[in-house]
Amino acid sequence: MSIPAIELHAVEKRYATTHALKGVSFRVEQGEFFGLLGPNGAGKSTLINIMGGLAQASSGKVEVMGHDVVRDYRNSRKRIGIVPQELVYDPFFTVWEMLTIQSGYFGLGRENHAWLEELLDTLNLTEKRDENLQRLSGGMKRRVLIAQALVHRPPVVVLDEPTAGVDVELRRALWSFAHRLHKEGHTILLTTHYLEEAESMCDRIAVLNQGALVALNDQQELIAQYPHQIGVVDQILDGELPQLLSSAIISRSRNRTQIRMPRVLDADHPLLQQLSAVGIQLDQLQLRDPTLEEVFLDLTRSAVEEEKR
Amino acid sequence: MIGFGCWTLFKKEVWRFLKVFVQTVLAPAVSTLLYLLVFGVVFEEAVVVYEGHSYSSFLIPGLVMMTLAQNAFANSSSSILQSKMNGNIVFMLLAPLSSLEVYIAFLGAAILRGLITGGSVLLIASLLVDVEIYSVGLILLFALLASGVLGALGIIAGIWSEKYDHLSAFQNFIILPLTFLSGVFFSIQGLSPFWQQVSAWNPVFYLIDGFRYGFLGVSDVPYLQSVWVALLFLVMLTGISVAILRSGYKLRG
Repeated sequence: MSIPAIELHAVEKRYATTHALKGVSFRVEQGEFFGLLGPNGAGKSTLINIMGGLAQASSGKVEVMGHDVVRDYRNSRKRIGIVPQELVYDPFFTVWEMLTIQSGYFGLGRENHAWLEELLDTLNLTEKRDENLQRLSGGMKRRVLIAQALVHRPPVVVLDEPTAGVDVELRRALWSFAHRLHKEGHTILLTTHYLEEAESMCDRIAVLNQGALVALNDQQELIAQYPHQIGVVDQILDGELPQLLSSAIISRSRNRTQIRMPRVLDADHPLLQQLSAVGIQLDQLQLRDPTLEEVFLDLTRSAVEEEKR
Repeated sequence: MIGFGCWTLFKKEVWRFLKVFVQTVLAPAVSTLLYLLVFGVVFEEAVVVYEGHSYSSFLIPGLVMMTLAQNAFANSSSSILQSKMNGNIVFMLLAPLSSLEVYIAFLGAAILRGLITGGSVLLIASLLVDVEIYSVGLILLFALLASGVLGALGIIAGIWSEKYDHLSAFQNFIILPLTFLSGVFFSIQGLSPFWQQVSAWNPVFYLIDGFRYGFLGVSDVPYLQSVWVALLFLVMLTGISVAILRSGYKLRG
């Protein structure tokens, strides 16, 4: 078995009043396009920060390409490139200066300039090469952040919500670039709020919620193993409804009601009886598999409810 | 192991202050020269601190040292705080740099800015008044020690501060009193015994006194004592700075 690109063992992170990560363990294999999903505050960025050495785990262990991020930080950091979520930049420098500085931090001098030029070209930054970072648009700054993360040709690339707040054109360009990196053999770890992006790009997906791993699988299996299916009724169900039915309703829109239903349904299942009580029979329900988004929302909602109990 | 990454961080820090040369070098040099013009003119005839040496000759080493120390402190502290506040400190933190390399790079840049600013004051002052030189070696040694001590203190202050208000408090309530009450404008021999005792606990006093010895060949305490005190502080502050950087305190969440 080859060395995993990223391996996490029981990673915990506690702040003074928050338990940000609660024993997270999983591994990302080399060459994977891996999605890390979760609502705001789930612990995704904390986990990424620990991988890059921007934060320290309270306990547990993280390895990048077999190198411990604490004990062997030099080797682990040389093998990972992180594109931070925030649009950060150094206002003193131009695009080219910043790239040569970042490259120098990794011990790379003039011999790396050809690769830096290639990055500028690939990310359409050549014209902005001598522009001060302060004067660039948000989209251009995002491209520079990507270039900075790649100056040392890391085998593992972490994209922390790279498309947050960018326009459609740039979003497409970024995804095409991520695809290209993946094809070239890079392992990609992506966090995003756009589930359709994760759905279309990722081989496997991990879902974090409130600091805990609530799901980890190939997305088709994630959907297949999900114990619910979606029942669609061509009418709006509202008013006084029985409690079980009321809590199973996911959405009501455009004369349609979507209901979360068990995959295995006996004729005497209480939900079917309650549907029948409001005039809906089984043959009026169109049953379908949930989308990744529906699985995600349900998983994260269930965990919140669990927490409240 | 000190590598190319450390050299790059040092170059970047030097590049940063040279890009705003007027603010980081020229302005402090001009402000200090105003002290020389005002105090030098007012007290030149009236005050003799050391027999056989004019007040200007006494004042210049103190002013050069004050500028050098304040700028070395400002360089490391403001660069770290600014990077933290802008968030761009992540670029350095994501790199495979050791705590010692980060310390050496920031300290080196602080020393260089201190030497350039102090050197500019000395150069311009030498055009206005006669500057006595007793030992170039001692002048350089104390210039290096002083910018090192204050640069290291700046690293600690930059890491500890979370906003400019914190840094300003550090500067105004610690650095400024330490430099002003260290014999820049007077000799501590002229103070009451109580204030002489207080000055004996001020590390900047030894830096200025030893530095002045390099110019005049006269000092309040033996210059070797000043060398040891400065070295002791430099080693102590180096230990604290590297330990803080290694712990990730206020840098790595």
